[in-house]
Amino acid sequence: MIKKQEFDEQPQEMDGGMDIHQDAGYEEKKERRIVVPGEVIATGQNFLPGENTKRDGQNIIATRFGLLDIEERLTKVIPLSGTYIPRRGNVVIGKVIDITYNGWLIDIDSPYSAFLPIIECKGFVSKKDDLSLIYNYGEMVIAKVLGVKGKGVDLTTRERGFHNLEEGMIVRVNSNKVPRVIGKQGSMVNLIKEYTGCNIVVGQNGLIWIKGENIESELLAREAIKMITEKSFVEGLTDKVKEFLEAKTKDK
Amino acid sequence: MAYTKRFDGRKADQMREVEAKVGVVPRADGSAMFKFGDTIAIAAVYGPRHLHPQFLQDPQQGIIRCSYDMISFSVTERKRPGPARRSQEISDVTARSLEPVLLLSQFPNTVIDVFINIVQADAGTRCAGINAASLALAHAGIPMTDLVGAISVGSLGGSVVVDLTKEEEDYEEDGEKAATDIPMAFTLRDKKISLLQLDGKVKPEDLKKAIEAGRKASEAIYEIQKEALRGLK
Repeated sequence: MIKKQEFDEQPQEMDGGMDIHQDAGYEEKKERRIVVPGEVIATGQNFLPGENTKRDGQNIIATRFGLLDIEERLTKVIPLSGTYIPRRGNVVIGKVIDITYNGWLIDIDSPYSAFLPIIECKGFVSKKDDLSLIYNYGEMVIAKVLGVKGKGVDLTTRERGFHNLEEGMIVRVNSNKVPRVIGKQGSMVNLIKEYTGCNIVVGQNGLIWIKGENIESELLAREAIKMITEKSFVEGLTDKVKEFLEAKTKDK
Repeated sequence: MAYTKRFDGRKADQMREVEAKVGVVPRADGSAMFKFGDTIAIAAVYGPRHLHPQFLQDPQQGIIRCSYDMISFSVTERKRPGPARRSQEISDVTARSLEPVLLLSQFPNTVIDVFINIVQADAGTRCAGINAASLALAHAGIPMTDLVGAISVGSLGGSVVVDLTKEEEDYEEDGEKAATDIPMAFTLRDKKISLLQLDGKVKPEDLKKAIEAGRKASEAIYEIQKEALRGLK
């Protein structure tokens, strides 16, 4: 079981209607070293094991393949790959795969199935109502993870900004690349929004919804996101994406 | 006649040319290729993912499911495709050799699927498969405490040699001097044994020698595995 404190993230502000991105806590920094599972990353009691690391006697070892990050005494490994593991408070995008008598079963691209009960739906919905009129089969929904229990995930759409997605396109990226797509305090995603004029919501599970005025701007936003995921650990990526978007928008 | 000179001219403790590559199956969560000379294994990892049938689910930890198979064209005589007694056994021992390093308790009720395919076989296929699976699991971002490296060591003609070829595996001599293949796997950082199989006859002192030779060879495998993963970005 994943430790409880890892789930507890800072409650986020919900100001703008669509501005529901969480700060990824990402900082652009020096070149990081790639570590492999089992590799000794620090020796001695002066270091503390953080995320994806473990103490083994005198040594601290990496437990995942990724980039090593040592901040003063705290060691951690930033994973490069892996499936999405839901955490409480995450904003996710999912697809309605089933409707039960008291809610919806939603595929959030994770090993655990997610459930959205009708009481966690906006407004009052009776069990007698036709649930497919609210969220129908195959529809994409933005929701927030309420909690993670042994076998499943509970979702909510009660707050502002959570709804079903009727138009636009969905792009899928690796969930470990999401912090880069969002950027420091949303800098990257705001940059793409600014240049393409698209409305973008990035789910923590790696599904990204893009809705623009026309298909060209949506495709441009998708291209920019693809560029971010492919060059995710290049220095000064924000500037490079800006250059790319500037060059592309100038043509028109 | 003792077996002092190897058929392909290698030293007793010398492996065949080894190559490893990570990320060979684009649609998998993690994948790797591992090569011992003419033996080539490809492993693909999917998951952790939802486990069906539900009665197999373990609420305390995830499970690992391995599937080893030789592709029909991997050997000289066409191998009948599909599961067989031999491939089922190897699938099972592969899963057991990988299990000690995986932190499966982080993913209760889920499964990690490992598919190993041997595209070309020249002895030591289960070892190549385990090496490829270890790399593929790391590539898939599965939490693990260590990598696993496997090597087959043989006792033949009264001497202990590392990484047998098919030709050496079939070596025959009277009595205890016939070839005995001992595939073994080690956790690569602390060098603990996670797999040790033996079919045939071997003297106790030869087995000790074989394990030491395997441990030594696993160091080289560790370097190759680390290099393969680091080359990826």
